[in-house]
Amino acid sequence: MDAGIVRPGTGSLRPRLQSKPGQSNRVMRSSFLANRALDLAVVLFGVSVLTFLMIRLIPGDAVAIMLGANTEVTPDRVAALRSRIGLDQPVLLQYFSWLGGVLSGDLGVSLWTRRPVSQEITGHMWPTIQLTVLALIVGAGLSLPLGVLMARLRGKAWDTALRIGSVAGLTIPSFWLGIMMILALTTLAPDWQLLGYVPFSEDPLGNIAKLLLPAVALALPILANLSRLVRSAMLDALQQDYVRTARAKGLSERRILYRHALRNALIPFVTSAGIMTGYLLGGAIVVEQVFAIPGLGRLILGAIAERNYPLVQATILVVTFAFVLVNFVVDLLYVLIDPRVRL
Amino acid sequence: MAGKTPKSGKTPKLLIVAASAVILLVLVAVLAPWISPYDPLAQDILARLKGPSAEHWLGADQFGRDLLSRLIHGLRASLGISAAAVIVALLVGGTLGLVAAYYRGWTERIVMRCMDVLFAFPVILLAIGVIAMLGPGSGPTAIAIAVVYTPIFARLLRGPALVVAESDFVMNARAIGASDARIIFVHMLPNLASVLLVQTSLLLSAAILVEASLSFLGLGTQPPAPSLGTMLSEGRNVLLLSPWSAVFSGVAILILAFALNLLGDVLRDTLDPRLRGEQ
Repeated sequence: MDAGIVRPGTGSLRPRLQSKPGQSNRVMRSSFLANRALDLAVVLFGVSVLTFLMIRLIPGDAVAIMLGANTEVTPDRVAALRSRIGLDQPVLLQYFSWLGGVLSGDLGVSLWTRRPVSQEITGHMWPTIQLTVLALIVGAGLSLPLGVLMARLRGKAWDTALRIGSVAGLTIPSFWLGIMMILALTTLAPDWQLLGYVPFSEDPLGNIAKLLLPAVALALPILANLSRLVRSAMLDALQQDYVRTARAKGLSERRILYRHALRNALIPFVTSAGIMTGYLLGGAIVVEQVFAIPGLGRLILGAIAERNYPLVQATILVVTFAFVLVNFVVDLLYVLIDPRVRL
Repeated sequence: MAGKTPKSGKTPKLLIVAASAVILLVLVAVLAPWISPYDPLAQDILARLKGPSAEHWLGADQFGRDLLSRLIHGLRASLGISAAAVIVALLVGGTLGLVAAYYRGWTERIVMRCMDVLFAFPVILLAIGVIAMLGPGSGPTAIAIAVVYTPIFARLLRGPALVVAESDFVMNARAIGASDARIIFVHMLPNLASVLLVQTSLLLSAAILVEASLSFLGLGTQPPAPSLGTMLSEGRNVLLLSPWSAVFSGVAILILAFALNLLGDVLRDTLDPRLRGEQ
């Protein structure tokens, strides 16, 4: 898990805004948007090329390996599968026909079940999306009051305690925390059905109840990371002139903290929360296994076990595209919420 | 300023604690074959699933294998794989970041674009993709983690390297005709040592967690060989019968990742006076 590396200041997806003298706001806005859109296109193109190359870069004969997982390998079957996946065509042609399919929502058919890959993915993505969003809500939601509280606790002993606490939060493996929660709860409340998944449409409360525990396990590193970020941003904001002005006006401490300082602390917070989504998606894949949730983790691990490479490839592509787009939107949000960035 | 704690010139206590913990863990990993009480694969059927006892300090797993010995060897495997991966990522990614910062222009654009693409994948997902290609095992896991961390090192080094590349001594070195390679590795690199030290420590901590996740998913070190993630996954299967394996392997992962992260964290404050007290 990569929670440890996403830190304040390394949020590289933050928009680079430099106002040049003589440039009107409108010109800046459109050139900023054009730049970001170009970045997005380049990254999506690169991701698609790399994901496409996945099957082609497998050492040895990928087709024979795939077949070997399920049936006897005969030259006929190899040839048949090769042409079914299109591996017998020139690479460039393969890429463009694959990309054409992807862009029109056709991700191919699963090797063994012959079901459309897009159906396999949509059938497994909701638990993962729900878990990710729930963890983000829990982690980001709690980190604001926690970060503000941490900013108020000053002094050497507090600093050390907070530092150790946040490093611990960052480094507790979510999947282990999940296992320990299961262990504790099966001892304390043996009747509670902890594992599995109920679709939201069938039982909304049961759905949330089952996802809450894994979401909390998943959210802890986010909570540690974001609350620390909020704390340092708050400390920074509290030294600014406008806070001194607010104090001089005689505003209450509470109002100063939440209304003046926190608003500014929110800006790096939003960018980081966006980057966190990627961590959460990855973490969700692991935590799903602990709580027996039939999400994308189960799909991709099952696909790897039966060497269903096209399915692995498609899942990685879809999730990564989603992640890149989320970050793109967060970048644009960043510009919207910071009034100092006049576009 | 209000947000700063004054620090005296002496080494912070936390730094000593974190550094000693890391050194101790590395020693345990290196000396594993000599200090572990049993062969990590030897089975003592009578001790199966039993908790801590005089013979087996941490108990035994479902095959009667001594948990302490497996934990020590697992630590060795996890730390070895993660360290190898981080070193490769550091060499490749770090060099790319330096080269990008030194040459600027198209070199920088192309290198950093490639890094952006790799960075766009969620970490675990990219690692899973690499392992799906290479097949499960400790070697592929190390390669997967190296691939995932290469763009991170490139990005982390490029920023500070840009500043160093602009400095007078680099210009002087160029004026007296030093070769590009010499400027990059002899003049620029030492000035980035503190950044490198801090980030390597932090990323190694994160790599430990990735390695454990991958092994937990059955993609890393393959049984019967011990690794902390595999032990956790084995322990999970017998969780309600005998929680010891799951508890201890998780604690070991936590201690390892915690010590490395704390070390990086304290080092950052100690080496970078601008950040002192801010975090």
